[in-house]
Amino acid sequence: MTEIIVVTSGKGGVGKTTSSASLAVGLARRGKKVAVIDFDVGLRNLDLIMGCERRVVYDFVNVIHGECTLRQALIKDKRFETLYVLAASQTRDKDALTKEGVERVLNELAEEGFDYVICDSPAGIEKGAALAMYFADRAVVVVNPEVSSVRDSDRILGLLSSKTRRAELGNGAIEQHLLLTRYNPGRVEAGDMMSIKDVQEILGIEVLGVIPESEGVLAASNAGVPVILDEQSFAGQAYDDAVARLLGEQRSMRFLDAQKKGLFARIFGS
Amino acid sequence: MGILDFFKSRPKNTASVAKERLRIIVAQERAQRGSPDYLPLLRRELLEVIKKYVNVDPDAVLINVEREGDQEVLELSVTLPDQVPAAARDEL
Repeated sequence: MTEIIVVTSGKGGVGKTTSSASLAVGLARRGKKVAVIDFDVGLRNLDLIMGCERRVVYDFVNVIHGECTLRQALIKDKRFETLYVLAASQTRDKDALTKEGVERVLNELAEEGFDYVICDSPAGIEKGAALAMYFADRAVVVVNPEVSSVRDSDRILGLLSSKTRRAELGNGAIEQHLLLTRYNPGRVEAGDMMSIKDVQEILGIEVLGVIPESEGVLAASNAGVPVILDEQSFAGQAYDDAVARLLGEQRSMRFLDAQKKGLFARIFGS
Repeated sequence: MGILDFFKSRPKNTASVAKERLRIIVAQERAQRGSPDYLPLLRRELLEVIKKYVNVDPDAVLINVEREGDQEVLELSVTLPDQVPAAARDEL
């Protein structure tokens, strides 16, 4: 059975694409057959984060319009045999995505035997975001410990519980997880940033993972290598934990404490 | 933190301020979420009708949907001004 996971947030710039790429790679690294789809029509970016931007020939909208087959549009990852990317179109036509078209592509992916389809949602709550979540079985809501991001996430949680196919058919809300990104334990300890507990209390859903703010994230996007593959970085390790939890493994949260500075740094500042 | 930072005044705990503000706004937005989309328009039109007769404040009309068991109750509350304007009184 194919499981469809939407990665969404409401607010832009919180790490949806970074998270989609790393979750997809993490699942593929465990042998799952994974497709990751960029729903951000007009603003294609997932290809860059995945490092396959020069191999995009056909995109999601081409498939929907029947201008190519799904197989032609799926870009096979160079690192993992079972990982495929479907790029967003760069058209400015807002109505390029249709519910029927998206459903047809998802059904075809299921027929092709994919285990997971990751839908990388655009920011906002308009059509692209609505379609990215509509067919989902599960949702990963990416949130920064910051007021506007938390508020937007709550709005998205409201939509997830009513505006999905599952909810419309009366089968209840889809499974929802929080993924806290750009977490800075030092600032949390100083009282300048909300903690994982604070965010969880406000939003009231279970936390799938906490990704610490890390230099590795920018370095990874510069290189087009999803940060989960940087096993030295805390962010990469935290994403791997999140993937394990997504698959039902129990793992305790790491990287929640600030790194202690040495005496020298304490006296002279850093 | 260096020695110089030690003498600077500590800012207050901004995370707890953020949490408190969010707790309030999120609760308020969740309460509105289940209510029908037509409520704001209904409220505006009601206000226009009431204004034909009584010069009420735009904030005077409160409208709310509450759920009691499987019943929905549309609650409407209009605060009238202390004095009814002369023009409106003539028409009544």
